[in-house]
Amino acid sequence: MREVAIIGIGQTPVGEHWEKGLRELALEALEAAIRDAGVERLDALYIGNMLSGQVESQEHLGALVADFAGMHGVEAVKVEAACASGAAALRIGYAMVAGGLADFVAVVGVEKMTDASGEAITAALATAADAEYEAVHGMTFTALNALLMRRYMHEYGYRREDFAPFSINAHRNAVHNPCAMLRFPITAEAFASARMIADPITLLDASPVCDGAAAVILCPADQARAFQERPVRIRASAVATDTVALHDRRDPLWLEAVALSAYRAFQQAGVRPEDVDFFELHDAFTIMAALSLEASGFAPRGRGVAMALEGAIFRDGRLPIATMGGLKARGHPVGATGIYQVVEAVLQLRGQAGPNQIPNARLGMTQNIGGTGATVITHILEAMD
Amino acid sequence: MHPARAWRGRSQRYRLEGEICEGCGARLFPPRDICPECQRPARTPYPLSGRGEVYSYTVVYEPPAGYEEQAPYIVALIRLEEGPLVSAMLTDVGPEEVYIGMPVEMVTRVLHRQGEHGVIAYGYKFRPVLRRTVMLPSPSAPVTA
Repeated sequence: MREVAIIGIGQTPVGEHWEKGLRELALEALEAAIRDAGVERLDALYIGNMLSGQVESQEHLGALVADFAGMHGVEAVKVEAACASGAAALRIGYAMVAGGLADFVAVVGVEKMTDASGEAITAALATAADAEYEAVHGMTFTALNALLMRRYMHEYGYRREDFAPFSINAHRNAVHNPCAMLRFPITAEAFASARMIADPITLLDASPVCDGAAAVILCPADQARAFQERPVRIRASAVATDTVALHDRRDPLWLEAVALSAYRAFQQAGVRPEDVDFFELHDAFTIMAALSLEASGFAPRGRGVAMALEGAIFRDGRLPIATMGGLKARGHPVGATGIYQVVEAVLQLRGQAGPNQIPNARLGMTQNIGGTGATVITHILEAMD
Repeated sequence: MHPARAWRGRSQRYRLEGEICEGCGARLFPPRDICPECQRPARTPYPLSGRGEVYSYTVVYEPPAGYEEQAPYIVALIRLEEGPLVSAMLTDVGPEEVYIGMPVEMVTRVLHRQGEHGVIAYGYKFRPVLRRTVMLPSPSAPVTA
């Protein structure tokens, strides 16, 4: 296997892009990444996307984006794994370069959510759950996370307000991210009085519906310096799966695919959790952030929220998370999110994160979660010397 | 929902029919054909009692398309007495009355409708266990004169 490096990154601002469709968003991110890498040719293009068929009546995004980008004849396919589609596409691109089947690969995550009504998006997102045994009972994605959050509060004795530091941290970090959607700080008081979506989850526990695209360019690590002064090495790339339905899990509060995926990633990279300088986790809801910290090995069971309350997740803490706003405040354009996480991790590892820079960041971890934890994809990235 | 799809799920939706693993005896709902405990085939039908208790619950204020009429509604994870967890709506109960551990039982109700001409999908919901009605002798009929 060859070592793989990220030599280019690109992203559109996350938000409501009324003037742009799927192909325009994808191209904007792809062009930015190609410019950043300074590459002339690409061997393959992988598109991470979840909802294009439902929201835009458009599938076949591999060929669509390749054609629109003027890359006639190039190998291109769409990769889907619900909210983990972005990282799943990166996994495929990584495997192609590592395995020697391609040298220069572009991976684009793109999602267009604002062309559908709220009820339609809620129904579309629920397709990541079990259609026959969850969604048919009126389960929404927020509801599934609310079931987890209530049970977590019941078992470990937390109050709803105890989850506030996750959202306060994310919003504070989004202020300085020009591509973030919600660039304003929030207070604990605002968190406590936010509008209820699915009890106990409020608007300020949940990531927003939005549009966006992000892209990375990969190549063999031994060629990276010819293109990029500060390349980033992919030290680990690990996928794990669990039951699609939450009710099929032996212990719903333990995200087994998170544990497996993180364990495999640490093994591949030959590092331990305490070696990681920052963690771009999947904070689609505050409860997901807590459960991810626990199953990834950063906090003991039931202590994910305590870790946030102690301030360990802030920029000056032991393990900064959501350093550019996370899903909560940068926004969660579902199929693009996994690539946004990686783009932000690369900015940190290059020392280009501006006011949000984590001092001396060398090793970063990203984790993209599909559904309530049915597909989990962890990457560990390292600044190349 | 296409009529064939609704029809295909009738045993599960109307009777809460799961499966039992002949290898290890695990009782499974929903049916999954391969036992998650011992990885052997588990294709013998097994009807569940429909009794259980609330493991967790939430109130949905922002429903998906097709469920607007019912909102706000309560969805829950129910721990069935045979072991499996099941996702379902709670009915005949208000959000302020539900608690984790509440005993519930299965009933058959309309899950959703698809307009005036679409399929009306029926299936299981759960309600609080009804108290047994105790028949007392009528006070107006004295035993002795």
